[in-house]
Amino acid sequence: MIRLNDIVVSYHIGGREIDAVDGVTLEIPDGCIVGIAGESGCGKSTLMKAIYGDIQSPMRLSRGSIEYGFSGSDGRPVTSASARQEWFRTLSYIPQSSMNSLNPVIRIREQFTDFPGAGPDKRRVLAQARDYIGKLGLPPEAMDSYPHQLSGGMRQRMMIALATFLQPNLIIADEPTTALDVVVQKDILLLLMDLQEQMGNTILIVSHDMGVHYQVTKRMLIMYAAKAVEYGDSDGVFAEPLHPYTRMLINSLPTIGDDRARDGIPGSPPSLWSNLKGCRFAARCPLATDLCRATEPALTEHRPGRFAACHFAGADLPMAGGA
Amino acid sequence: MAVILQTKGLNKVYRLGGILTSTRVQALNDVNLTITGDRPVIVAVVGESGSGKTTLARTLLRLETPTSGSVVVYDQQVAGRGANPSRKDFLRAVQPIFQNPFEAFSRYRTVDTYLTETATRVADLTGAAVQEAVAQALTAVGLRHDDVVGKYPNQFSGGELQRVSVARALIPKPHLIVADEPVSMIDASRRMIIINLFKRLRDNEGRSFVYITHDLATAYYISDYIVVMKKGQVVEFGQAQAVMADPAHAYTRLLLESIPTTRQRWPRPARNM
Repeated sequence: MIRLNDIVVSYHIGGREIDAVDGVTLEIPDGCIVGIAGESGCGKSTLMKAIYGDIQSPMRLSRGSIEYGFSGSDGRPVTSASARQEWFRTLSYIPQSSMNSLNPVIRIREQFTDFPGAGPDKRRVLAQARDYIGKLGLPPEAMDSYPHQLSGGMRQRMMIALATFLQPNLIIADEPTTALDVVVQKDILLLLMDLQEQMGNTILIVSHDMGVHYQVTKRMLIMYAAKAVEYGDSDGVFAEPLHPYTRMLINSLPTIGDDRARDGIPGSPPSLWSNLKGCRFAARCPLATDLCRATEPALTEHRPGRFAACHFAGADLPMAGGA
Repeated sequence: MAVILQTKGLNKVYRLGGILTSTRVQALNDVNLTITGDRPVIVAVVGESGSGKTTLARTLLRLETPTSGSVVVYDQQVAGRGANPSRKDFLRAVQPIFQNPFEAFSRYRTVDTYLTETATRVADLTGAAVQEAVAQALTAVGLRHDDVVGKYPNQFSGGELQRVSVARALIPKPHLIVADEPVSMIDASRRMIIINLFKRLRDNEGRSFVYITHDLATAYYISDYIVVMKKGQVVEFGQAQAVMADPAHAYTRLLLESIPTTRQRWPRPARNM
């Protein structure tokens, strides 16, 4: 179980602090795929960086703590401070753009042993790696290539191979398929699901595509303007979203074979620089009352395992025009 | 009946690399499309990256010269042998909308200067008619004149700025608007605002659209016709609803099966590991 205890992650910019993740408290169970969704700028990538332990100036963890619930390679529990020593071993990362993440000037095989404290027995590691990428549907020769010699899908597969090779307890995948075409995206997502089932570890997957979340995740976290606004099992979130933002977002998605009119959500999230008061979605929410504009709702459990930060969680929305 | 869009034997070959070692990339390979009708239409062009859909858009916009073949838009020949419309005539008939509105507008100019310049230089308006056309176009996309004038691009969200670029394209009252991935940079919650806007402009303002996208769900939602492209070729073309309900080509079926929908989960093939 990974526990986030009221964490605030802020950036120090221009002499001011801005909280990109503002008071998130969550329990992430072991052995499942958890999806994180939200608009650009809602703090989802910042939250992932904080969990990955990639906390560098101007970003800092200004409040709260992260309990990982597993031990590092030295046998001691992993903490935010020691997370960096665990990269690729018990904690790994699959980035969005594999082209910018693989080292372009060394061969793939060198990248399998290119991390601090790699074991001395490189030949054995490489033989295992060659075997491993075969299981992931890559030809063994790909190990001897430079990144530019591989297609986008192969590179992303290679990033997944690197991130999963040492069977980490936690994998963070930040928009792992956004740059890929749908056919390749499906292959990659099915591969990730199979690997997760086999290793039994936890994968956090960030995506702005709700379809991707429905297909691969067991649980879902919805973020809005630096806050966690909904968290629960994915089946429940999709079948009966509790927060109006989640509900409007899911209702706005067109589906092939369904000719009903769809509406976007007018307006934009508030600027995090402004003086924020009350519920941050209130300006765009058809249910908002004076209570919402004055008092910020906390993330509370409304049904077993289903959390939402809304004074009117689960209430029906007024019908939008044309729907 | 008007010829809304017609391409005949359209080919585009790019040469990459040096003089002796160049490789040919056939971005468009014998593209033949004919759409006729009296009512405005939305034509979606879908396909993966490298399928040639952007090259097709750029050819329709006269930003690329085809290697061979011809293009007719609303009975006006715009590309191919003998096509020589004046720049102004062409821009009055066909207008572009690009993927990233933040790249389409200069950071150093207020966005309304683009609107007034399109009104004076392309639509040949003068005096009070300029501001009237600008205000009308902004109303058509659901923005208020006072909220736009005097602002720089960074003062808008992506969705609002994309609506400004739609308004700019509307000023010369073009027959056809070519939109290349107009919503891929916009957050999911606001994407449908742009998509519904296209639909409304077709129905109320009589504008036709070529909508280039990789998103089959929005293509299904707004289009009358759909063009499925793969490696420069049109593999399937027809009425959007009919193609999606009963795709004839294996590639269209593969695309449809690969969309992550929120209705049904993918079957999980067994894998040896």
